[in-house]
Amino acid sequence: MIYSLAVYGPPYTYQASDTAFHFAEALLAKGHELHRVFFYHDGVYNGTRLSVPPQDEINIPARWSELAGKHEVDLVICVASALRRGVLNATEAERYELDSDNMGTAFNLSGLGQLIDAGIHSDRLITFGA
Amino acid sequence: MKKFLFVTRHAPYGTSFGKEGLDAVLMGSAFVPVTLLFMDDGVLQLKKDQRAASLNIKDYSPTFAALNDYDVKDIYVSADCLKERGLSAQDLVIPVAVIDDDGIRDLMKKQDVILSF
Repeated sequence: MIYSLAVYGPPYTYQASDTAFHFAEALLAKGHELHRVFFYHDGVYNGTRLSVPPQDEINIPARWSELAGKHEVDLVICVASALRRGVLNATEAERYELDSDNMGTAFNLSGLGQLIDAGIHSDRLITFGA
Repeated sequence: MKKFLFVTRHAPYGTSFGKEGLDAVLMGSAFVPVTLLFMDDGVLQLKKDQRAASLNIKDYSPTFAALNDYDVKDIYVSADCLKERGLSAQDLVIPVAVIDDDGIRDLMKKQDVILSF
């Protein structure tokens, strides 16, 4: 079965992102396909590459990147949600003439159309953190 | 064509779920048939006479009137959730279909994708 996930929860504050990650791992382990993870609302904070948790804690944003690298998952950060929350890749930082960017390279900035597209092209679209 | 139901359950202010949920509805309407359901505190989003300016944020309730232009014509509100909050259909910014829990169940059964905000 083809799955996509919508993640609204930020890392660490709520369990939503964690639960979504475990769900992703479980469905891949069962042989299903994970088409896309769409990060919306505060979920866009999962896309930072500058997270520095204490050594005995998990780096939640990095863990998403690793998953994407291993299973070719399309990690999409909603551009409108991200820009207003200060999550930017190098292209957007340049466009808005800002002095730095903070988004992990495993993530893609794109529009809400990708959420709708995930719903159209997946057998299941599951939301975490609504 | 897959049918999408957007369920909006949060009050208009206090979180951005209402505003960002509406953005998703408008985007969805460009691609797929969209139905909208307001329940729980989400019914408050449709309340007339909102004065968000005092909070220094944008009152997005006028956007609901534009939904018709986006071909979003199926708009439902939970009867119980309205009643619990002392509201009726006359208190809302747009005409809606008020439905009971059985109606909500039937409505959800008919959908391919349900997104909650």
